[in-house]
Amino acid sequence: MSILVDKNTKVICQGFTGKQGSFHSQQALDYGTRLVGGVTPERGGQTHLGLPVFNTVNEAIKQTGATASVIYVPPFFAADAILEALEAGIELIVCITEGIPTLHMLRVKAAMQGTKSLLIGANCPGIITPDECKIGIMPASIHQAGSVGIVSRSGTLTYESVHQTTQQGLGQSTCVGIGGDPIHGMNFIDVLSRFEADPQTKGIVMVGEIGGSDEEAAADYIKAHVTKPVVAYIAGQTAPAGKRMGHAGAIVTAGKGTAESKMNALKIAGVEVVSALTDIGVAMQRCF
Amino acid sequence: MNIHEYQAKKLFQHYAIPTPQGCVASSALDAQNIAQTLTNESWVVKAQIHAGGRGKVGGVKLAKTPNDVFNFTNELLGKRLITKQTNAHGLPIESVLIEKTYPIKRELYLSLLVERSSERLVFVASSAGGMDIESIAHQLPEEIITVTVHPATGLQPSHCRKIGYALKLERAQQKQLDVILHGMMNLFLEKDASQIEINPLIETQTGELIALDAKINFDDNALALHDDILALRDTNQEEAKEHEAEQFGLNYIALDGNIGCMVNGAGLAMATMDLVKLKGGLPANFLDVGGGTNAEKVCEAFKLILADGNVKAVLVNIFGGIVKCDIIAQGILAAMAQIDVHVPVVVRLEGTNANEGRALLSNTPFTLYAAHDLNDAAQQVVSLAKGIA
Repeated sequence: MSILVDKNTKVICQGFTGKQGSFHSQQALDYGTRLVGGVTPERGGQTHLGLPVFNTVNEAIKQTGATASVIYVPPFFAADAILEALEAGIELIVCITEGIPTLHMLRVKAAMQGTKSLLIGANCPGIITPDECKIGIMPASIHQAGSVGIVSRSGTLTYESVHQTTQQGLGQSTCVGIGGDPIHGMNFIDVLSRFEADPQTKGIVMVGEIGGSDEEAAADYIKAHVTKPVVAYIAGQTAPAGKRMGHAGAIVTAGKGTAESKMNALKIAGVEVVSALTDIGVAMQRCF
Repeated sequence: MNIHEYQAKKLFQHYAIPTPQGCVASSALDAQNIAQTLTNESWVVKAQIHAGGRGKVGGVKLAKTPNDVFNFTNELLGKRLITKQTNAHGLPIESVLIEKTYPIKRELYLSLLVERSSERLVFVASSAGGMDIESIAHQLPEEIITVTVHPATGLQPSHCRKIGYALKLERAQQKQLDVILHGMMNLFLEKDASQIEINPLIETQTGELIALDAKINFDDNALALHDDILALRDTNQEEAKEHEAEQFGLNYIALDGNIGCMVNGAGLAMATMDLVKLKGGLPANFLDVGGGTNAEKVCEAFKLILADGNVKAVLVNIFGGIVKCDIIAQGILAAMAQIDVHVPVVVRLEGTNANEGRALLSNTPFTLYAAHDLNDAAQQVVSLAKGIA
């Protein structure tokens, strides 16, 4: 078992024939992901990487039976791509694109309400169930099938967590990068609840960062609903207030969204909170 | 992106939000002339910088004669203004806004922003304006109301009435408020703002509502859609090095410590700073070389870090994903060949092609410290910066 994606998940790629889409689709195919085709308007009927290209997501789903779509289109076209996937009724939409305007995402999220589709990202590395399905830009080699579920707002910190849990011999059930934008798809709670319900997942690593209050909300949720051990790390303990630290969502405003407040909330919820990034793997090992 | 108050007020005028009569000046003579044309008994001279808290440190002055306007402008122009919102160096005053004064009956607060938790646009309003919203929230939380607007419906009359009641306006003033609220909403949506703040919104003795101050921030992700907004950018108000870094696609923020950090990924860059601090050191900067980095960018990153005279040691921390470690290693070597690297450099490479990268760095004439892992790297760089390694 795993969450959201496994070896049977059929995936299509939007922005399939572009530079990013081509590169990462090839990587996904090499990993064994069941990528079944792609979408690039005006290129329908062609073949790319040995797979069919379609003009629309609707057509792609009809022909391939795909239930997931990964999006590699430029930022100003990404909201449209998400909405197209949404309207085609696809179950899981993974948007990798960085730099989407906030108001675009605000409208997308409003449109998603009341639908059954799930969105991961944007501005994220994607999702991987090791040895089964890789959707996104994460380096394949560091992963190992195992028992730790990882959820993170940051790409490189997901990789660090993966690396450490692999080194500890624990491996990963599924890793989800939820993205660094202020308005994004699935949040910590959406992923934590699935890890709690997944028999393969025995422990959870949660990596947050400054800005917003998702981590505080997650802490409340964990306290009430999560029985599995959780190790958490929050990046930005030394970040100056009022400065946007790389990610659009990583900013401390008027004393809100500090690492300290998040770490405290998680500690109160019984989470093993580590101050050093390098302690994630060993802390998880101790919980087993 | 931030813009100046005078630029924000011009945008306000375009959206029918009333502002005081006035004009921007970049010389004392201009300022005096503006005052003379704006027939009044007194004027205000406001230093134009990208920070609040100007009034408390002499950046806003009340003039009784056009001659006062001349003198105050002379005093302000060319100076750097240090407020509680700037760093210790302050920001340069290169222009002043000259405005007519108005007899004030009440000071109100009004802003529009994206609320992350509800994923909606939210108006924040208070009848206790004039002080910053954090202080109002602290001292008079019951005086603040928020009104959430759904993107499908937009701003409705009931939203406007709710804000009108909260601001304790007379019925006749509701129409004025409606215009202001719609102006704010249209401006926000059309120009991809991230925050619009009017503090204070004044009610004059004669009952008029006027935006006495104006602050607008824009969503950096949307700037490329708005050439008119991008044209308002004043890079003199930004940290020179942050701006320079941006030209090379690097994300750099200067800090007060002495350990230079070069990292790929925003999350890892923050975590690296945290780890340096935890080991007893102080980071000199945040620097994310980004996902699609190359040897040239690494070279420029090195130059930026070393241009800071406080830097006593450098930590390079790379987790290669798409970025290949051997490419990073080549960049480090190219940088060290080009510039005089006079401080120790500790390198931690992990991920894609890490072994190739480490091999490249082991066969060089330069003083490089290869770290086994991130913990070791942080420990080493902290010791080296203290001169005890």
